[in-house]
Amino acid sequence: YRMEDKGEVKCIKFSLGNKILAVQRTLKNVDFLNFIPDSPQLEYTQECKTKNANILGFCWTSSTEIVFITDQGIEFYQVVLPEKRSLKLLKNQSINVNWYMYCPESSVILLSTTVLGNVLQPFYFKSGTMSKLSKFEIELPAAPKSSKLSLSERDIALATIYGQLYVLYLRHHSRTSNSTGAEVVLYHLPREGSCKKTHILKLNRTGKFALNVVDNLVVVHHQDTETSVIFDIKLKGEFDGTTTIHQFVLPPRSIQPYQIPVAGPASVTTQSPVPCKLYSSSWIVFQPDIIISASEGYLWNLQVKLEPVVNLLPDKGRLMDFLLQRKECKMVILAVCSQMLSEPGRGSLSVIATVFDKLNHEYKKYLEAEQSYMLVVEAGQSRSNLLLKRPIRTQAVIDQSDMYTHVLSVFTEKKEAPHKFTIAVLMEYIRSLNQFQIAIQHYLYELVIKTLVQHNLFYMLHQFLQYHVLSDSKPLACLLLSLESIYPPAHQLSLDMLKRLSTANDEIVEVLLSKHQVLAALRFIRGIGGHDSISARKFLDAAKQAEDDMLFYTIFRFFEQRNQRLRGNPSFTPGEHCEEHVTFFKQVFGEQALMKPTTF
Amino acid sequence: EEKKILFYHPNEVEKNEKIRNVGLCEAIVQFTRTFSPTKPAKSLHTQKNRQFFHEPEENFWMVMVVRNPIIEKHKDGKPVYEYQEEELLDKVYSSVLQQCYSMYKLFNGTFLKAMEDGGVKLLKERLEKFFHRYLQTLHLQSCDLLDVFCGISFFPLDKMTYLKIQSFINRMEESLNIVKYTAFLYNDQLIWSGLEQDDMRILYKYLTTSLFPRHMEPELAGRDSPIRAEMPGNLQHYGRFLTGPLNLNDPEAKCRFPKIFVNTDDTYEELHLIVYKAMSAAVCFMIDASIPPTLEFCRKLDSIVGPQLTVLASDICEQYNINKRISGAEKEPQFKFIYFNHMNLAEKSTIHMRKTPSVSLASVHPDLMKILGDINSDFSRADEDEEIIVKAMSDYWVVGKKSDQRELYVILNQKNANLIEVNEEVKKLCATQFNNIFFLD
Repeated sequence: YRMEDKGEVKCIKFSLGNKILAVQRTLKNVDFLNFIPDSPQLEYTQECKTKNANILGFCWTSSTEIVFITDQGIEFYQVVLPEKRSLKLLKNQSINVNWYMYCPESSVILLSTTVLGNVLQPFYFKSGTMSKLSKFEIELPAAPKSSKLSLSERDIALATIYGQLYVLYLRHHSRTSNSTGAEVVLYHLPREGSCKKTHILKLNRTGKFALNVVDNLVVVHHQDTETSVIFDIKLKGEFDGTTTIHQFVLPPRSIQPYQIPVAGPASVTTQSPVPCKLYSSSWIVFQPDIIISASEGYLWNLQVKLEPVVNLLPDKGRLMDFLLQRKECKMVILAVCSQMLSEPGRGSLSVIATVFDKLNHEYKKYLEAEQSYMLVVEAGQSRSNLLLKRPIRTQAVIDQSDMYTHVLSVFTEKKEAPHKFTIAVLMEYIRSLNQFQIAIQHYLYELVIKTLVQHNLFYMLHQFLQYHVLSDSKPLACLLLSLESIYPPAHQLSLDMLKRLSTANDEIVEVLLSKHQVLAALRFIRGIGGHDSISARKFLDAAKQAEDDMLFYTIFRFFEQRNQRLRGNPSFTPGEHCEEHVTFFKQVFGEQALMKPTTF
Repeated sequence: EEKKILFYHPNEVEKNEKIRNVGLCEAIVQFTRTFSPTKPAKSLHTQKNRQFFHEPEENFWMVMVVRNPIIEKHKDGKPVYEYQEEELLDKVYSSVLQQCYSMYKLFNGTFLKAMEDGGVKLLKERLEKFFHRYLQTLHLQSCDLLDVFCGISFFPLDKMTYLKIQSFINRMEESLNIVKYTAFLYNDQLIWSGLEQDDMRILYKYLTTSLFPRHMEPELAGRDSPIRAEMPGNLQHYGRFLTGPLNLNDPEAKCRFPKIFVNTDDTYEELHLIVYKAMSAAVCFMIDASIPPTLEFCRKLDSIVGPQLTVLASDICEQYNINKRISGAEKEPQFKFIYFNHMNLAEKSTIHMRKTPSVSLASVHPDLMKILGDINSDFSRADEDEEIIVKAMSDYWVVGKKSDQRELYVILNQKNANLIEVNEEVKKLCATQFNNIFFLD
């Protein structure tokens, strides 16, 4: 594609969606070109409305809306119909402008006004409307003597951090103030209300700096030392009542060097790639995360690698706070958990507890959001639930199955850890889940029981069950039943648990019958009023196996009476399959012992 | 013959009589062994006395003679003494005898070990030293069913607080890494035991009947030790040692802790018993006897455990009060009952008053307690679950229930109640007090 040469191009920008191209060649007007299939590519022009004003630049705020920034104000236009090739002025505002800055993420334009340039005026654009936000003043390090422009565009950045728009101001070290070095001052710019200074990031050094924002972290590059430092404004800092002062999270580190692949014929690729010169003076930095090397001709996206962070931050609690806010954190967090449970460098229980609490806090937040979402969905399925979005499960949500598969089950398999520690860790995790009122999955209990059984710590298990640390459930009761042969009291514990569940009456009967406690089973089922529907055959089978004739007689008679009561006849119906028991009864007690049908 | 006697109380008895009495016991045991080689005689009933035999270790015998109660009657103006031969319960006193041994073993190890270590002389010394004091603390008159069970009263607690305690214990064991076992009690009731059940049972008995009551009175007199507040750089807390140093600021303070012996059947461990208490919460730390605890260790323990235990104790108290308010309806239980579970040794009694240093007082007539004891003997003879209902004098009904490994004894006092009504009452009790366990009816 080719454009006609109509003079030097100062600036060229596509609209959102790449439908319209805007080209600035002069200080007075901007030319437009439509990129619509099958339409003639004819240029059209828009001159700035303000007399004697020079256009500093322009930016697209949507696919058809554009803002001109002139030295005397801003003009907001709309391309009504690209086919018509004309623009309509929506709004304009006159104001003296030194320079401007645009943040496309938040559609906010920041204008530097006044002589010193330190009064900033933000504008917010949304679907055809332009709103003026309250202006604010940047505190300059020292009162300038001359009245010349003192706030440079280079020292200001606009970025979204944790969903909020911030103006970042790089305040250089000044000899007059007794600060220890340069710092980055963050001004929070809300949609409504005034802009406030909220955070100060201490750089503790001087020289040339550049800023990026990656994964909600403020990264400050320092050219002299060729290192970068990272700040996280969500981590705790010193709070002096209005602003929070942050030190960098990690010791300064260099960006991982980029290897430039050597271009050349395929046959001579034996040459090793050349590492690229980092922190070169030809670097240009764009927000949020772009670095351009003018000399090498590269454009990079800055990314954060979390794995090395793990060893740079010894405080595990802080490390978790840091990791939980990152996008790609899950595997790193799980690795940290595994690491702190194993030698060398095993964490103390209180550290482990802190880490678990932090993880579960995040986990609980997600569960709650999910639950309230489900409630709303259930409540008003037909009504518009557009307002409520399903909560997004970020990587910071580490649930029980994650912990189980990646950390705990591996950890309990290891033999080197003393079992006391193993159990303490499991209990600590269960305590933490309980503290956040998260329902605990069965496999965790199973793991606890398995570990205790492995080390013959039955009395400990017994005490845990006694205080309901392991919550009641049918699977757990069954697991306990299976332990009866090695630890007899498990039988009692299991029955108690089934009783408390109150939905496991059938299981109770089965357990009792398997112990030949036929009478007990029958009394139990009668106690809960289920004796009319039970299978006579099952009880008679059990009674016969008990090899106790009196017991068999009693059970047999009970069912005869039941038959009499329910059907008016003591004999069994063929459907009950009790013929063999009737025969056995006759054999032992004689035919005359059978109950006679009573006739009234 | 005299050499056979390791310990005899009272010691003033003339030597020949000692030998004679011991000889008689030996004869009885030998004689009955011919009829029942595996289970020799346990007790001998005579008009004046009852003798109890116990062989805790092979070839070591303990014998206790208890005099039958006497009733003074007047016949023809002359006082006549009549022995109540059937008043004493075999099970109660043979249990007391067994506990004597268990208690001795807890603090001294087995007889055999003493013999191995220092021969008969050492064993005699130890026996003398231990029983001389211990026998004075026995209150044989007030022994009853609870002595048979020798159970453990557990403190009722919600899951979360329990887990906090767990977490606390684990952390303490980690920071005081020489601690081998820990036990946690609140209000003289057990919450956690790192010891095995049988060892805990006897340690619990020692703590609740001897150590805690001894420290009760100073506690009531003045609200904990005032020295604490003056300790520099120390958070204020109510922690203090019940065994070991009284004053940590005194550099001369002796760090001597009682020694206990546990797991004597297999690993045979000798431990120092450190009992530390803050408000109503008491923790027992047991550390290996080979490591003598230093004053420095005690100070460390005090500074770590003290503040945390104080917080925990008030947490428990608060939680306990909340729970009590929730289940508020049943304030003082109407029923007088004793519950015991053989599986976890849990016991619960609304018949007994709080244990005092001297005696555990039963609030019902001794005759009723005797009936309970009789029912218990019946239960121990049968394998099956069963239920016994007894009509006692003056409108009292006594109900004994045995289900699996649990025993429940209820005493009801209702005018003109019949069997069916009594049965209903007991059912009601089970439904309110024991609804979370499986109780056959």
